[in-house]
Amino acid sequence: MASIPLADTEPRRRFRSDVLHDWVTTVDHKKLGILYIASGIVFFVIGGLEATAMRIQLAVPENDFVSPEVFNRLFTMHGTTMVFLVGMPIITGFGNYLIPLMIGARDMAFPRLNAWGFWMFLFGGLLLYFSYLGSTGLYGAGSAPDVGWFAYTPLAGKAFSRGNATDYWILGIVVSGFGSLSGAVNMIATALTMRCEGMSLGRMPLFVWMMVIVSFMILVALPPLTAAQVMLLFDRFLGAHFFDTQAGGDAVLWQHFFWFFGHPEVYILMIPGFAYASEIIPVFSRKVIFGYSVMVGATVAIGFVSLSVWAHHMFAVGMGRGLNIWFATATMIVGIPTGMKLFNWLATMYGGRIRFRVPMLFCTAFLAQFLVAGLTGIMLAAVPFDWQVTDSYFVVAHFHFVLIGGLVCTIFGAIYYWFPKMSGRMLDERLGRWHFWLFVIGFNVTFLTMHGQGLLGMPRRIYTYPADRGWEIWNLVTSLGVVLQIAGVLFFVYAVIKALRSGEPAGDDPWDAWTLEWSTSSPPPDYNFDEAPVVRSRRPLWDLKHPDDPDWKYE
Amino acid sequence: MTGATPRILVAVIAAIAAFGAGAARAAEKVVRTPSMFDPASTPAEAIDSYTMLVVAICAAIFLVVGGLLAFAVVRFRARPGDEGREPPQIYGSNQIELAWTVIPVLIVVILALVTARTILDLQKDERPEGWLAITATGHQWWWEFHYPTLGITTANELHIPVGQATFLDLESQDVIHSFWVPQLSGKTDVVPNRTNHLWMEAREPGLYVGQCAEFCGTQHAYMLLRVFVDTKEDFERWVASQQEQAAVAAAVGPGREIFENTACVNCHTVRGTGARGRFGPDLTHLMSRTTIGAGVAPNDRASLVEWVTRPDHLKPGVLMPAMQLEPARIELLVDYLVSLR
Repeated sequence: MASIPLADTEPRRRFRSDVLHDWVTTVDHKKLGILYIASGIVFFVIGGLEATAMRIQLAVPENDFVSPEVFNRLFTMHGTTMVFLVGMPIITGFGNYLIPLMIGARDMAFPRLNAWGFWMFLFGGLLLYFSYLGSTGLYGAGSAPDVGWFAYTPLAGKAFSRGNATDYWILGIVVSGFGSLSGAVNMIATALTMRCEGMSLGRMPLFVWMMVIVSFMILVALPPLTAAQVMLLFDRFLGAHFFDTQAGGDAVLWQHFFWFFGHPEVYILMIPGFAYASEIIPVFSRKVIFGYSVMVGATVAIGFVSLSVWAHHMFAVGMGRGLNIWFATATMIVGIPTGMKLFNWLATMYGGRIRFRVPMLFCTAFLAQFLVAGLTGIMLAAVPFDWQVTDSYFVVAHFHFVLIGGLVCTIFGAIYYWFPKMSGRMLDERLGRWHFWLFVIGFNVTFLTMHGQGLLGMPRRIYTYPADRGWEIWNLVTSLGVVLQIAGVLFFVYAVIKALRSGEPAGDDPWDAWTLEWSTSSPPPDYNFDEAPVVRSRRPLWDLKHPDDPDWKYE
Repeated sequence: MTGATPRILVAVIAAIAAFGAGAARAAEKVVRTPSMFDPASTPAEAIDSYTMLVVAICAAIFLVVGGLLAFAVVRFRARPGDEGREPPQIYGSNQIELAWTVIPVLIVVILALVTARTILDLQKDERPEGWLAITATGHQWWWEFHYPTLGITTANELHIPVGQATFLDLESQDVIHSFWVPQLSGKTDVVPNRTNHLWMEAREPGLYVGQCAEFCGTQHAYMLLRVFVDTKEDFERWVASQQEQAAVAAAVGPGREIFENTACVNCHTVRGTGARGRFGPDLTHLMSRTTIGAGVAPNDRASLVEWVTRPDHLKPGVLMPAMQLEPARIELLVDYLVSLR
């Protein structure tokens, strides 16, 4: 007898508006994670175009591709975008997507808070960019903020920054900051309370550990920024004089507040990069991570020490000798746990059988580039040297080595690694290799040379430079590298489009990996796991695949 | 300190530093690269040799760790036939962790001590006999230099005597700037409501260039610094000429009249005349300077005409307004300006 199909099980035609409604109203951690990452990538393209315009301007001396006003807006928006609208959402996105899957939970602890955080972030970003249209009010031509991404006072005060551009900068960041804060609360609560049976803290994947530590750092570092920004708003609108030097306010106070946020922020952005590398390197080396507990300890140490290094951004402001020595030493000390991590990744690779698929290629480039970034970081902590190169292109080269050579490369690695899980499709390996080589070579052409300009006396944030300084060739090479990076990113975009349209199906576990997200289908069902998983070690899938030699015997 | 540094490293750095300069020199221009590796003053030299030590340590670490990484990439890559076989799983080792913790700790201790010593050497309070005092004031977007003991005020181009310790008090009129002439000293920020200090003791006469190094608004890029290190005699001659009041010839009377009857005098000083403005550069000895607009153009008649006609054509965003004078009156005005020697 033929069964009578129930109306409900008929595949219903899905209209575009249904799909849109789904995404806009979703409280699912996976969809929100993808929304975070996708918006981060869109802003990454925008910020990249801003950087490209700057490099065209600086390719030759005394160029007039853009006016000084436009140039100053470009670097302000580029910096603000890359930190607050690219770095922060992408790390929050991966945390959102992966933490519940990795700890065997069905969602984040607070799904609706999660959705609220995402939309606050997005509207903060849109608010910032709306300044291009509306910043001088409805009757004037708009203009974006032009005070630099750290908006030093008194330049950002009412007297020197008229109009509303700086207010858009303040409010855009404050609003998107609520997204980061709620995301941090959510990740901590999820990791602490929703782990599946058997997953003690000591068995959490390193990714989850590091995201928890980052979340605590966000909770400590972000509110001071918000407070300082509100103080600046008071200065600008209510006649307060916190930073108003013309009324006896203190110019340097802002720098302390800003960098008390700003330096931990660098680690807030970089530790998730460590988190991706700590998952990817073992899987592709086919070895368990070397020194799991040391990795956790080193991350905690970085978290604490990074709170006491902020004034190394301020060695030139005229602090006393004692403070200079203190902050130099503290900064060098951060190098120790960071170095330990590097050694642990190397030790994980040692004795392995390393498969150089695209995620691992990006992580290998990350190790080499982050080594350079770490060493120039130590050099910048060396105060007398810093007196020469702070606020020069050497610093610009240094932090792009951290944030592109380190973070962006690990993000690309993470996208190639987890895209199959998120979409059910593989990204094309050949396109990925084109992306990798073009991007990494272009990055190094641009930013290795950039150290040179700084050592030769070129300050950052100048819209042009005289033709007699001997910086021409360096700037030209720096600008040429951008072409390669853009070509690399185009390959990436093409690879993503191709994979979504006709990618090879990924299967549940395309990399032969070990953490729980690979035990469910790709993409995972709405509530992740049909049955709540039970784990006995840090690598539950290893135990499953090697019943004769399980991890829990050794941990 | 340099003695401990491998000479070859010094040579490599110098070659890198000279590379950009060399390429530009091929185009037959006078190239002045403000390279920190070409120091001409005591603090810059101390920083240079300290930097060599830091670079040597960091380069050594780079070679060791980079070498280990390269070795791992080559040696441990998967080979055909490895599929399905997993390598031995090593969970960690406390001894090894301890080893690669202790070595960096030692490096940090050494580096921190050397850094502390260099900081104490360079950020010093005591001043040697016969030091020269200068107050440098940052403005959007130009520099004012005042020699309190000599009674001189000038702009953008600093003159100091060779071999004499010179102490700058750094002050700002508006926002934060930063004083940076790499061959003479590291940079020090110029902060409103504070007085910062910077010193230099030049070894070699010559012209050293630098510029503002803290973003200070629209024309941050053209807030250039030129420091002339003069021989003792040249410096004394320069001081004597700067101390004189402006000598105004009768022939430029019409130009002077235009200058004194327009808003020029609200911002500019010409000592010995009624012009006493403080907002813009002192013009008493305007023609003793080689550039105008904080380095944006050479100081010659053609540039002055263009500058007075449309300042923001040469320097977009500059705070000096266009005076809206007819061309004939501008010529007369510039006649007067070029007479201010």
